[in-house]
Amino acid sequence: MSILIDETTPVVVQGMTGDKGTFHAKEMIAYGTNVVGGVTPGKGGGSHLDRPLFNTMKEAVKATGATTTITFVAPAFCADAIMEAADAGVRLICSITDGIPAQDMMRVKRYMMRYPKDRRPMMVGPNCAGIISPAKAMLGIMPGHIYLQGKVGVISRSGTLGYEAASQMKAKDIGITTSVGIGGDPINGSSFLDHLALFEEDPETEAVLMIGEIGGPQEAEASAWIKDNMSKPVIGFVAGLTAPKGRRMGHAGAIISAAGDSAAEKAEIMRACGLTVAPNPSEFGSTVAGVLASRPERRASV
Amino acid sequence: MDVHEYQAKELLASFGVPVPKGAVAFSPDQAVYAATELGGWNWAVKAQIHAGARGKAGGIRLCKTYHEVRDAAQALLGKRLVTIQTGPEGKPVQRVYIEVAEPFDRELYLGYVLDRKAERIRVIASQRGGMEIEEIARTEPDAILQVVVEPAVGLQAFQARELAFQLGLSIKQAQSAVSTIMNAYRAFRDCDATMLEINPLVVAKNDRVLALDAKMSFDDNALFRRHNVADMHDPSQQDPREAQAAEHNLNYIGLDGEIGCIVNGAGLAMATMDMIKHAGGTPANFLDVGGGASPERIATALKLVLSDAKVKAVLVNIFAGINRCDWVAKGVVQACETVDVKVPLVVRLAGTNVEEGRKILAESGLKLITADTLAEAAEKAVAACQGRLAA
Repeated sequence: MSILIDETTPVVVQGMTGDKGTFHAKEMIAYGTNVVGGVTPGKGGGSHLDRPLFNTMKEAVKATGATTTITFVAPAFCADAIMEAADAGVRLICSITDGIPAQDMMRVKRYMMRYPKDRRPMMVGPNCAGIISPAKAMLGIMPGHIYLQGKVGVISRSGTLGYEAASQMKAKDIGITTSVGIGGDPINGSSFLDHLALFEEDPETEAVLMIGEIGGPQEAEASAWIKDNMSKPVIGFVAGLTAPKGRRMGHAGAIISAAGDSAAEKAEIMRACGLTVAPNPSEFGSTVAGVLASRPERRASV
Repeated sequence: MDVHEYQAKELLASFGVPVPKGAVAFSPDQAVYAATELGGWNWAVKAQIHAGARGKAGGIRLCKTYHEVRDAAQALLGKRLVTIQTGPEGKPVQRVYIEVAEPFDRELYLGYVLDRKAERIRVIASQRGGMEIEEIARTEPDAILQVVVEPAVGLQAFQARELAFQLGLSIKQAQSAVSTIMNAYRAFRDCDATMLEINPLVVAKNDRVLALDAKMSFDDNALFRRHNVADMHDPSQQDPREAQAAEHNLNYIGLDGEIGCIVNGAGLAMATMDMIKHAGGTPANFLDVGGGASPERIATALKLVLSDAKVKAVLVNIFAGINRCDWVAKGVVQACETVDVKVPLVVRLAGTNVEEGRKILAESGLKLITADTLAEAAEKAVAACQGRLAA
């Protein structure tokens, strides 16, 4: 099993006909993702990459039965595209777009509250690398070949740091059930916590690696939740130990502006909540390997 | 993006927030002329920099004559003002704001912030105006009043009214405060601000409130639709290297270490800095070259990092996803041909087409130090920086 997506998940690409949409839609199709169509207002009725195009999300969902969408829509129009997808009834919205205004995301999050919890779509991103369930499906912009299929769930705010972790794990022959990029913006569609809950329920996932960074309360909230609710071991890391206070480190959300925002404080909270913290970013692979090897079940069976 | 006090006040005034009469000046002559135009007998001459705590640092001077106005402007303009918020190097004062000094009875605090936890706009108010809000939060947390705004309907008058009465204002004063709280909220929302602080908001002798100081920051991601705000950008308040980087759309933050960093992706860039520190070195900068690291971008990044005289070694760390390593390697080779690199250069490539990329570097004949992993790259960069390793 994997979480969020597998090879059967029917996917629509919003903004499929643009340069980025075209490039990544091709990559996703080549990886095996079940891309069933694209949405570009004004190009409905045509086709692109042998997939039908639609003017609106509602038309696309009606014609294809898509449950999932990925947005390659310019920042100024992306909030609108996300709300359109939610209103069309998809279950999962993944937004790659970097640069959505924070107040637009605030409105998107408020809009999602219109739907009762059981009908509310999961949103991943924005400003993220997407989701991959190795050997099954890729919903994003990552290099698929660095991910090995296996038993560890990965959640990362940063795209490239998630790649670094995946390749370190692959070098140690450790595979991944699903890797989720939650994005580097101050307001995310979903947080560590949302995906930790899914990994906890996923029978194939045996451990989870969560890679955070400076800024915001998400890592601390997730750690507290893990302490009270998670039976599977969680390995943590927080990037930005050397980041100065008050400076935005590339990601719009990576800024130390309040108490508890720094990497050292967050790592301390993780430790206090029972997570195993990777000592530095070159030891994702070895730390995960150590945790897998020391699980009680394993010891019992040896 | 930050703006100056006078710009924030102009913006707030256009939304109906009352501010004292004032004018900006770039020279002592202009400052005196502004004082004569504004009229009155008391003026504040205020240094305009993108940092707070100016008063204690001597950046705000009260003047009773035109001579004093001229002297104050003379003393401030062209200097660097160091406050507890600027760091030891201070910020250059290129503009002063001349403001009519108004007598007042009370000082209040009014702030607005984009709250990441609530994912909403939070309004903060306090009777303890004039103090730093962090200090009030530490010493007297009960003195802080807060209201969270429901984004679907915006701030409501009753919420502003509750704040006004909790601030202990009379009915007459509260009327003025309610419209000010509502109007400042509209300015925050309609200009895509991320932070607005009116400290102090004073209660003047005529029972009206007045924004005596104002500080605003804006969402960089929303500047495309806020041209009036984008036009207020003042690059003089930025580190010159950061201003130069911004022109090339590179994400650069200057630090004070010795190893220059060129990395793709913000998270990996932070992790690379952390690894350098872990290996016993100090990073000279944060630099994210982004997804499409073309040869030109790598060359620009290299020039920028080398323009820092403290840099004794450079570490290039690229994990190619959409990028291809052969493409990045070509960029490094091309950059080394156009830029005179006098310090050791450590290159770590990983990801798509890594073998081709390493081959291009090996065959280039350039004196490069290569590394396969993040740990190896950081260790080699620190060794090269300390003169223990050469290409």
